[in-house]
Amino acid sequence: MAATNNEVWQSAKVVAVSDVAAGIRRIELEPSAPKHAEPGSHVDVTVAINGQQEKRSYSVVESIDGGKTLVVSVFKAPVSRGGSVFMHTLQPGDILRITQPLQNFPLRVGAERYVLLAGGIGITAIMNMAAVLRNVKADYTIVYAGRNRAAMAYLQDLQDLHGARLQVHVDDEGSSLDVNALVGNLEPGVELYMCGPIRLMDAVRRGWTERELELPDLRYETFGNSGWHDPEEFLVRIPRLGVEAKVGQGRSMLEALEDAGVDMMFDCRKGECGLCEVRILDLNGAIDHRDVFYSQRQQHAAEKMCCCVSRAVSSATGSRANANSSGFPAVVTIDVS
Amino acid sequence: MTVLESSNSTTNKVLGHPLNAWYVAAWDHEVTRKPMARRIADRPLALYRTEDGKAVALADACWHRLAPLSLGKTVGKDGIQCPYHGIVYNSAGRCASMPAQESINPSATVPSFPVVERYRFVWVWLGDPTKADPGLVPDMHQMDSPDWAGDGQTILAPCNYQLVLDNLMDLTHEEFVHASSIGQEELSESDFVVTHDDRTVTVTRWMHNIDAPPFWLKNMRDKFPGFEGKVDRWQIIRFEAPSTIRIDVGVAKAGTGAPEGDRSQSVNGYVMNTISPETAKSCHYFWAFMRNYRLDSQLITTQLRNGVHGVFGEDEAMLTAQQEAIDANPDYEFYSLNIDAGGMWVRRLIERMLQAEGRLTAAL
Repeated sequence: MAATNNEVWQSAKVVAVSDVAAGIRRIELEPSAPKHAEPGSHVDVTVAINGQQEKRSYSVVESIDGGKTLVVSVFKAPVSRGGSVFMHTLQPGDILRITQPLQNFPLRVGAERYVLLAGGIGITAIMNMAAVLRNVKADYTIVYAGRNRAAMAYLQDLQDLHGARLQVHVDDEGSSLDVNALVGNLEPGVELYMCGPIRLMDAVRRGWTERELELPDLRYETFGNSGWHDPEEFLVRIPRLGVEAKVGQGRSMLEALEDAGVDMMFDCRKGECGLCEVRILDLNGAIDHRDVFYSQRQQHAAEKMCCCVSRAVSSATGSRANANSSGFPAVVTIDVS
Repeated sequence: MTVLESSNSTTNKVLGHPLNAWYVAAWDHEVTRKPMARRIADRPLALYRTEDGKAVALADACWHRLAPLSLGKTVGKDGIQCPYHGIVYNSAGRCASMPAQESINPSATVPSFPVVERYRFVWVWLGDPTKADPGLVPDMHQMDSPDWAGDGQTILAPCNYQLVLDNLMDLTHEEFVHASSIGQEELSESDFVVTHDDRTVTVTRWMHNIDAPPFWLKNMRDKFPGFEGKVDRWQIIRFEAPSTIRIDVGVAKAGTGAPEGDRSQSVNGYVMNTISPETAKSCHYFWAFMRNYRLDSQLITTQLRNGVHGVFGEDEAMLTAQQEAIDANPDYEFYSLNIDAGGMWVRRLIERMLQAEGRLTAAL
């Protein structure tokens, strides 16, 4: 919400760390200027990556005692841009720079019924919401999907707190989530809040649109950090400016262009606002659209992309093994505003 | 803003307002399909009704560039459209359409505040929405009970809301401020009793065997034509946190047992007051005068409303001057009298609410 999203930076002390699932670490922080984190809020954290200061966003899993303790949980991504690796090095006593809680994913109290959908680490954005809905005695269901139980954080806690309101889907146990069935069975008027990989969220959004459910009742948050394909290194060219830049696995195209000295326009840097739009002139490979700004039709047209999150990949399947015969990285030729 | 360390600071000149509370945003008839602007508890609101008649309170600032939504128009079943670039929000404050793009930015929301419509008022909750229990709406049931009739108005008072609460909790001022209508010297001569609990404060005052002041003599004669003689007069002031005060007022033929509970030989009214802070130095003061006799007389309703309007105009002038004097003398403090007991309990209950919200602050 615009009104409450002033970034107030403060220091925060790490007071406890523990592993809550394979590759997922729970980190308890004591902020110096505590503020209660409403459900759906996150903190921005300054992380050190190769000696550089960068900013990452993490959902607040728990806000204890009016925000005097904030809990985040961080998944160490197999192809990390560096933020999660840094977060996993934290030890009790370490001091971080974080913002007071920020809110882009507010929970509305008062809906008739809720579905909270979490895929994998997306559970971090959902936990606090579920706890609040339980407290206000709302009618809600949590749908939690993951690859295997070992990789699903907080399963037991959720089971203990929410009992039959929790539905668990585990790929390795043959109980994968059927998105079409989930969306197909929703009654109009249900509010669905989701956080998870873009494949999951795109599938839900598609089903939602097909069923002509009210768009404002579908709530989601994206940090723009997941795609249909694993990130690959690729090349971006801007002929008008004589620029060619390499976009590394752990960098965004926007960052790579900024590094190359191109004067880029942007705002949200997470694929929502559309300000970093670039025009695609030529493409050797495919575009992995990771934004929520374009409609499906526009993404298929592949005439434009949000360079803050979207990437080029070497083939339509995104796997280097199946890349074009040359084995070269994807190349996207663009123009900018 | 300085956080106060003590809770015994009940003489703050500018008292903050709790947020975890229901405040009246408007009379029910004020909120229509045409959006209106009102600032409550320092939060600008856009108020409107959906096609189904449900009252809605959204923050009065578009997510995009903060243009006031109250200047926009209602669209569709429950939406409101920003007058600047046409962004549409539903009653939950979620964006329903954006100009010049095929998708909706999921972050595009404006706060939608819980609303309850009760007792002819639209109440809004600006604090933690998970605590917005409609059971916490202060009791003002005389407003729409078939046993009572009356009407009221709103005063936009240019003073901290607490000054209005102080005013209503101590009615000895009537002798001096309202000498021509309801004032009489017995007010400051008679004894009063103060009680309180966690959410309420009650001040009870009886004046026995006195002459009825002009306002009350007229009311007695409306019910008992040609009435002459002495009366027993009462004022039972009941505060309910954070800012609602009902005053059970009346006079009975002297010695007919009203103090013991027999009100058959009396006229009885309820002065209904609920005060919503606007800014630190202004408030919306909603009031009504309800009576339980001659319910069908619109003439009496109008006369009472106009009469009380005149009386409250005298309060408004005093409160305005008081706030000006407070502002003009920033280095002078408040001191208290014995007659402030009711008002001081009100201040203490409010400060406890502020403390519970972690917001016991003084705007210095």
